[in-house]
Amino acid sequence: MKAHPWMANSGGSAKEEMLAALGVKDIEELFVQIPEDHRMERPLDLPPQLASEVALSRHLDDLMGKNMVFEQSACFRGAGAWPHYVPAICDEVVGRYEWQTSVFGSPTSDHGRNQAWFEFTSQIGALVELDFVGLPVYSWGCAVGHGVRMAARMTGRRKVVVPEVMDPERRMVLETYCEPTEMARHIQIATVKVGADGCIDRADLKAKLDGAGALYFETPGYHGVIDADPGELCALAREAGAEAIVGVDPLSLGLLEAPGAYGATIAVGPTQPLGVHMYAGGGVGGFIASLDDERYAHEYNTLNVSISETREPGELGFGLALFHQTSYGMREEGKDWTGNSVYLWALANATYMSALGPEGFAEIGRLIMARSTATAQALDALDGVSVDLSRPVFKEFVATFDKPVSQVNAALRAKGLLGPKDLTGEPGVSGNAALFCVTEVHTKTDIDQLVAAVKEALA
Amino acid sequence: MTASLKNYLENSNGYHAAKWSEPVVMEMTGTGRRGVVFEDAPAPKLPGKAARKNAPVLPEVTEHDALRHYLHLSQMTLGMMGVSLFGTCTMKYNPRIGERATSEHLKKLHPLQEAETLQGVLELYDNFSDFLCEVSGMDQFIFQAGGGADAAYTHACLTRAYHASRGELQQRDQIITTIQTHPCSPATANTAGFEVITLSLEENGYPSIEQLKSVVGPRTAALMVNNPDDMGIYNPDIKEWVKIVHEAGGLCFYDHANFNGVMSRLRARELGFDACMFMLHKTFGAPKGGGGPAVGAYGCAEHLVPFLPAPVVKKDGDSYVLDEDRPQSIGRVREFWGNAPQVMKAYAWARAMGAEGLREAADISVLANNYMDWRLGKTKGVSRSNPGIDAPRMEMTRHSVDQVTQDTGCTVFEISNRMTDFGIDALWLSHEPWLVPEPFTPEAGELWSKEDIDYWIDVLEHVIAEAYEDADLVKTAPHNGPIKALTSALDEPSVWATTWRAYERKHPSKIAAE
Repeated sequence: MKAHPWMANSGGSAKEEMLAALGVKDIEELFVQIPEDHRMERPLDLPPQLASEVALSRHLDDLMGKNMVFEQSACFRGAGAWPHYVPAICDEVVGRYEWQTSVFGSPTSDHGRNQAWFEFTSQIGALVELDFVGLPVYSWGCAVGHGVRMAARMTGRRKVVVPEVMDPERRMVLETYCEPTEMARHIQIATVKVGADGCIDRADLKAKLDGAGALYFETPGYHGVIDADPGELCALAREAGAEAIVGVDPLSLGLLEAPGAYGATIAVGPTQPLGVHMYAGGGVGGFIASLDDERYAHEYNTLNVSISETREPGELGFGLALFHQTSYGMREEGKDWTGNSVYLWALANATYMSALGPEGFAEIGRLIMARSTATAQALDALDGVSVDLSRPVFKEFVATFDKPVSQVNAALRAKGLLGPKDLTGEPGVSGNAALFCVTEVHTKTDIDQLVAAVKEALA
Repeated sequence: MTASLKNYLENSNGYHAAKWSEPVVMEMTGTGRRGVVFEDAPAPKLPGKAARKNAPVLPEVTEHDALRHYLHLSQMTLGMMGVSLFGTCTMKYNPRIGERATSEHLKKLHPLQEAETLQGVLELYDNFSDFLCEVSGMDQFIFQAGGGADAAYTHACLTRAYHASRGELQQRDQIITTIQTHPCSPATANTAGFEVITLSLEENGYPSIEQLKSVVGPRTAALMVNNPDDMGIYNPDIKEWVKIVHEAGGLCFYDHANFNGVMSRLRARELGFDACMFMLHKTFGAPKGGGGPAVGAYGCAEHLVPFLPAPVVKKDGDSYVLDEDRPQSIGRVREFWGNAPQVMKAYAWARAMGAEGLREAADISVLANNYMDWRLGKTKGVSRSNPGIDAPRMEMTRHSVDQVTQDTGCTVFEISNRMTDFGIDALWLSHEPWLVPEPFTPEAGELWSKEDIDYWIDVLEHVIAEAYEDADLVKTAPHNGPIKALTSALDEPSVWATTWRAYERKHPSKIAAE
């Protein structure tokens, strides 16, 4: 066998030298712990080795050539992964071999990475105006799940109220986290009505909050609708003794009020919009933030990085706080579990937030809102499409067609466009409903092309 | 390759980390500078009280400043730039071809695209599932779990669904594990709602069959274990264990975190396990990213396939579909169908290795670990876990510097910090609870050269000699790092600050002093 480029000791005399040091002739002697009857009886039957990078690269290119790739400007689909612009510096930062290949290290030897983590949590804290932020979890849905479980432990109440209009992907993750009814610690998920205006029905909420440990809602919601008074929802939750958990799109926070400012006790949201590509769903991540109170801090399952002093006066470092309460510290007694998450993406997020700054967040918020609203208006003006223009929306909105959504999307695809998500049959919509996503990547020309293609599809 | 320690000490001033005086980015504010600008759009009319009152307090830096700041921070990250034998994590080369291919082919794909537009990536998923099925003997792999712990959680959730389908979930409320199994197994079993029973180690280095039998019964839902454990000890009774748990009606899950040494020699399904998990960011060469994005590839035998999280990639004639119509599915453990870039990187690694490469990697890993054992056995003050067990260990071994600590007062933390002064990544010590005092757990793997491994051991020997000669030098380490050792009590509510906002509020005098 040729020396393999990724295995130093596969070439030269290293193996012989090590065997000689051990006084071992046959490498099999080192595997005596594995009993004979545990062993596989034949060699592995796998596709041929592609040790040549030329061959491997070609194989991957050939395989991936079978995908249909839509430019972000031609992608009008969101719902959990969104076509946003990723500044080139974000790609450069996450591509750095030093931290891309790092594993755990120590606060001193991996100081730079730990500082960047702290800058992620600090900037999320600034956006949501909450003082305690953990390192990110796998996804927004997982952040909701952990947030709800935190609230259940804090309040001792095993019930969460969520709006009937909720992204089914996130809802399914939450259901998993809330455990089936057979389990003693099952958390009941109660659903609150959403009115014709796309906002939570206040009267129904008051009734549903009885005995709840948490209210979870989003603004903008799954259908893009901005609630006029999210603070009222938080107040109702808190009056009922429940935690107010609010899900937010961080890109809306240059325009929309910070959840910490209107009474959210826990805020969660997606991190992919902050400088991470969609990667077929591999770009998703979620954050959890809360009041900086022991009651909350002691329920985090995440790793938490804190600023610290060092032996050198005036010098700052960044170490883990409250490590012992994690599953690494306490196994099954720890808070849920922690493990590998999406920490590399947190570095893209930190870079993104620092490059945007306060004015960048305001600008991108205005741009997204202007373009999504303009698209909604243009679509509503077409025959066979209707959009409820009385709803204030951010980035995403619902349109209803007089033809099946799949048929419209097939026609759009033929023109190289990735059309809206099909909502047909989901709660809170009727007929052939679809969820459009319009962001800062979509120019007026792109929007015109979309509208023309929809018009043609419905003709 | 690293120059040998002898030359290193004689011919140079030794390693020193990059040390930039880089402020916290939150301090770079109030400048009016911009890093990214967008086109202007009119201010929208927002309903009611929806509008933000105060702009977020974020940095104001140029694009160059933002880039330079984060590049400086990356330079102050040692990671694998020196030598990292971080045990249990199987430090491998993370091939750059994977980075390029994912950037070129995957970054623009939307997870909710219609399957007919995703045929390439779905074929890759199916190919890799087949690959891992051959390696493990399982019938189907899925990649939704965002890490190894998430795959353990997936198993705990499947366990619920499997027993619920048989009407036995209320009765079967216990999951059995061992104290040497990774904390993610008991933690996720507990999160999924089960009571956890933990078996303790006995004189052979693993729990006895009798101990297992004493806890197995009608309440047993599953067994979740790894093998070999982090001490490099293989439990030869594992087939019998699986049989005992199966006879009681429980499922058996094999956490294959420590797969490198047994790779190509045994298959989880042939040992009787119902399901197993591989960490693609460890055994299969995808980068760790300092903690993800990662993938816990979860595989199971046919009788558990109906319960897998959806969607599952399936071949349907000549094309591939994302099968969502799975009435017995547990639903989702995470949105969508997994970290596709990591799956692609792992697939690329696996194809470049092939069957002969996997065997070679396993051989080299176990050989290199035994070579390390042999050298460390001659190192002053170092002892090995389970000293009575003579059989060669698998791909890693737990050692201890307890004697050094007793003689010099230098702890394993301090020795690890001092080793970073020579460009060695901080050591992996042990999961909690420490069964061995002052532990450390190196894992040589197949990447590192014999010279790298010798350098690592030379540095440890050198640092131990320093401990005996000048303990203070070791206790005050690191000296060549970007910063000195941390001193704050970060578990104190009045001290910890996980955001700059909290720091400003709790420590105003320190900010004023800057």
